[in-house]
Amino acid sequence: MNAAPYTLVIGLEVHVQLKTKSKLFCRCSTEFGRPPNTQVCPVCLGLPGALPVLNRQAIDYAVRTGLALNSEIAKFTKWDRKNYFYPDLPKGYQTSQFDLPICSRGFLDISDSKGAFEPKRVRFIRAHLEEDAGKSMHDEVAGKADSRIDLNRAGTPLLEIVTEPDLRSPQEAKAFLTELRLLLLYLDVSDCNMQEGSLRCDANVNLHIPVDGKTVATPITEIKNLNSFRAVERALTYEASRQWDQWCNDHIAIGGRPKQTRGWDDVQGVTTLQREKEEASDYRYFPCPDLVPVTLTDADLGKARGELCELPAATRTRFVQQYELKEYDSDVIVSQGRELVEYFERAVVAGGPAKRVSSWIQQDILRLLNERQQSLTQLGFSAERLADLTKAIEAGAVDTSRGKEVFAKMLDDAALSVAAAIEALGIKAVDDSELMELCRQLLAENAKAVNEYRAGNAKALGALIGQAKKKNPNADPRKVQDLCKQLIDSGAV
Amino acid sequence: MSLSPTDVERIAHLARLQLSEAELASYSVQLQAIVTFVDQLQAVDTAGIEPMVHAIELSNVLAADEVREGLSRDLALSNSPDHDDECFRVPAVLG
Amino acid sequence: MEWQFASAAEISRQLCSKQVSATEIAKYFLSRISKHNQAFNIFVHVDEELVLKQAAEIDARRAGGDIELGALAGVPVAIKDLLCTTDMPTTCGSRFCEKYVSPYDGTVIAKMRAAGMPWMGKTNLDEFAMGGSTETSIFGAGRNPWDAQRTTGGSSGGSAACLAAGLAPLAIGTDTGGSIRQPAAFCGVSGFKPTYGRVSRYGVVAFASSLDQVGPMAHMVEDLALAMDVISGHDPLDSTSLPHEKPGYTASLSQAPQRFRVGVVREQIESDGLNAEVKQAILRTLDVLKECGADVREVSLPHSKYWVPAYYVIAPCEASSNLSRFDGAHFGFRAEPLEGKKSKSPLVEMYSRTRAQGFGAEVKRRIMLGTYALSSGYYDAYYLKALQVRRLIRQDFDRAFEDVDILVGPTTPNTAFKIGEKVDDPVQMYLEDLYTVGANLAGLPALSVPCGRSQVGLPIGVQFQGRPLDDALVLQIGHRYQQAIGWRPTPAPLS
Repeated sequence: MNAAPYTLVIGLEVHVQLKTKSKLFCRCSTEFGRPPNTQVCPVCLGLPGALPVLNRQAIDYAVRTGLALNSEIAKFTKWDRKNYFYPDLPKGYQTSQFDLPICSRGFLDISDSKGAFEPKRVRFIRAHLEEDAGKSMHDEVAGKADSRIDLNRAGTPLLEIVTEPDLRSPQEAKAFLTELRLLLLYLDVSDCNMQEGSLRCDANVNLHIPVDGKTVATPITEIKNLNSFRAVERALTYEASRQWDQWCNDHIAIGGRPKQTRGWDDVQGVTTLQREKEEASDYRYFPCPDLVPVTLTDADLGKARGELCELPAATRTRFVQQYELKEYDSDVIVSQGRELVEYFERAVVAGGPAKRVSSWIQQDILRLLNERQQSLTQLGFSAERLADLTKAIEAGAVDTSRGKEVFAKMLDDAALSVAAAIEALGIKAVDDSELMELCRQLLAENAKAVNEYRAGNAKALGALIGQAKKKNPNADPRKVQDLCKQLIDSGAV
Repeated sequence: MSLSPTDVERIAHLARLQLSEAELASYSVQLQAIVTFVDQLQAVDTAGIEPMVHAIELSNVLAADEVREGLSRDLALSNSPDHDDECFRVPAVLG
Repeated sequence: MEWQFASAAEISRQLCSKQVSATEIAKYFLSRISKHNQAFNIFVHVDEELVLKQAAEIDARRAGGDIELGALAGVPVAIKDLLCTTDMPTTCGSRFCEKYVSPYDGTVIAKMRAAGMPWMGKTNLDEFAMGGSTETSIFGAGRNPWDAQRTTGGSSGGSAACLAAGLAPLAIGTDTGGSIRQPAAFCGVSGFKPTYGRVSRYGVVAFASSLDQVGPMAHMVEDLALAMDVISGHDPLDSTSLPHEKPGYTASLSQAPQRFRVGVVREQIESDGLNAEVKQAILRTLDVLKECGADVREVSLPHSKYWVPAYYVIAPCEASSNLSRFDGAHFGFRAEPLEGKKSKSPLVEMYSRTRAQGFGAEVKRRIMLGTYALSSGYYDAYYLKALQVRRLIRQDFDRAFEDVDILVGPTTPNTAFKIGEKVDDPVQMYLEDLYTVGANLAGLPALSVPCGRSQVGLPIGVQFQGRPLDDALVLQIGHRYQQAIGWRPTPAPLS
């Protein structure tokens, strides 16, 4: 446990851009990276007379997410206007949800395989749908400062997910975001790409300090401009020590100072004050008269629940139980996402031994994907072929190291079966008498190594492997080693 | 309820309306008259009554998630007081 | 032929039988506009070339034997300058939108375009539809063709006056608290506010979203039905649009039931504020209705005295939010930056100066009222309270409609008032909406038709209100009434 004189208390607000094809209240495309103001219409431009119509898919994605987060889904949910003036908000209000959000409560369990923190349950307060604002870019021309506004993004559906302040360390926060992101990718509701802005995170942080047997809380800081999970971790670490220093200086508790908004500067590695919320903005929330409520029945929710895919946590556990994988290995596969999970299972169902399939995936498949910057589909090595390969290795038809050659050959030619690749490489099983003969030869030619082994150097025979392979490429290095040891130990040589 | 000049100033700022001293004074008087008039509503017993937001109460009006062509950029910018053919331009957002 | 004395239905018949061309009709009304528009400040925008081009197209299609032409093809229509049109500006009577040309057509506009109705022009209105006299327009007050010293009523004053001056056979208005019916009454013409959601609001600049409706105006109820057939119906672009099947309004117009139950609202007919001449006209109307098969009885709407205060909370609240998009950033008017002075926040200054200069006084008042009523600490006492009272008001109507089919009463407490008389007294102005706002709050269909004149010759209107979705019945009763009194298009005699 940490020896710090305070408890760090963190709540996260995550904005998830849902991957609907069209916007939340109009049918403009949500495609990322298009030229400014080319994906707009009267509705998302907020032109006089334009009216919103709700995207069905956004509701489906929100319900799917809420169910996966163990939330209560509102049977009656409605739309409210959050009124404020900003150039990236063309209507002068954001359509959001105020008092009856589509999802309430819920939780996500997190743990750390390295034991950096105890497994815990992070609770949610709520999740609601709202429309995104446009983009505002600062521009200086001839000494005059302007903002340039691109409304392509205005109207894109966001799911705002708010946690209780249950997180207690930067590591927990990072683990939470990692698991949440994985879950959302599993659900296929978002691209979850922080660089593209489809996943954004703000943090609310303060310290709880024991003072004379009571607990004092410091004023809350909201931290923005967190552009990666790493930034979240670093910013929280910095902020914890900054708030502690500030407390030691001024002993101001919560309520003694208004909530601050600070921006994270990733280059300098500090948070800087953005604005003091002297007068909390009065958003004058009221129900949007242009939109009608959404009602969901038990049948709707039952159907959505039935269509929910297996979630990462469940898959992790199942792989350990069903396939006897180690927790670590199960986690590696699950963390890669559904595509790889399904790949693994297809290979096992096709007869590949689970543990061997798992290590092939981790050592060879993933490495290749990374080197080549390819997706599984692009790699084109089917789960069935991986099953065949691992079966052959398990059965002894080819040893692990020659197996890598077989794999490489199969990669090059999609039509090549394991058997054909083995034959093409001239891999043949070496029978026992051949092997015996080979070992006798090796030992006879390497008296020095034999003597070193007899003298107690267990690794002395390693040098023989290269020679063995030269004599017979099909010789299984392990079998050669073992047989040589046997021969020496038994006094046959 | 009574409306102070501070109230009116706060409201004008929330509504982004710049008013002169004279205007603040005259609007204050008029707004007070209107507020006094609508204060009659306080006399109505509304205990247990659901607020009625919509004149005709519908629900579940949903559209299929299909992309439809919007406005060309030229049209989108056509009524803008200041633009650079790509973006709308406004005085800088500071702080 | 003096087409100003013909109904739209008659013009339509003559067009269909090729007795007259759409071009001749358009030219006739253009000529009257050039003579009389300026004196009454009715049209904000007239595009002669465009209307003649549109008329010529219809004539060509008819000559070519196009069987798709509907009943109103070639019948020109005047449009309240609050509906978005791509081929002429939509000013909303405001400096903010003085030069605004919408890049899209609203749904009602698109339907009328498809129906082949040429645009006579855009008509004058209270700024952003906020007012009851068409005095808050930046283009100046509209004048009543019956008495140029008096207002046309509002906010669809231009559309009403246009008919009264015989400058078009058909007009479109919007009604949020009576803005079609009251000017119709003041100008001696007919105007209809449909059930909420019956006509699409897509492309109608929003004043109060849960109250606004587009509706037709004309001399004859028959013409209103023809127009409703074109403009009404479900619109997938408007989430508040009614999904219900719409009847053929023209087809069913003559099918008023033999007997029907008429309710007279006790609290309204006995009110002190009701002008004696207006009351007399209403009583005479009830007599006529009795001859038509009406069984007249008194009903009570106990919360009717709260209609106006509830309306003047809800409407400004919604308006304060709807008008936030007018900020000088993306379209419309933007104030010139202040010379020299360096501002702490140039953006906020731009917003505040733009909105202060772009909006007139009444609009600013309503924005501030709405902002106040929605603001923290006041929401429950004002906005929420008003919405609860709204439900009680609707329940009053529901109960009354258990015993009657139609409510009949005065459209306005008085005849047209003088220009300038009420413009500085907001509350007095608001009280003119005494009888009309109820239908907006409850979403009911409501019709005003002329039912008499005052001693000094000012028109008086009678209002018919029905249950939600009983639009056809309301029009049937109105039509029956006009037939019983032998009503004909009656424009004001202009010199």
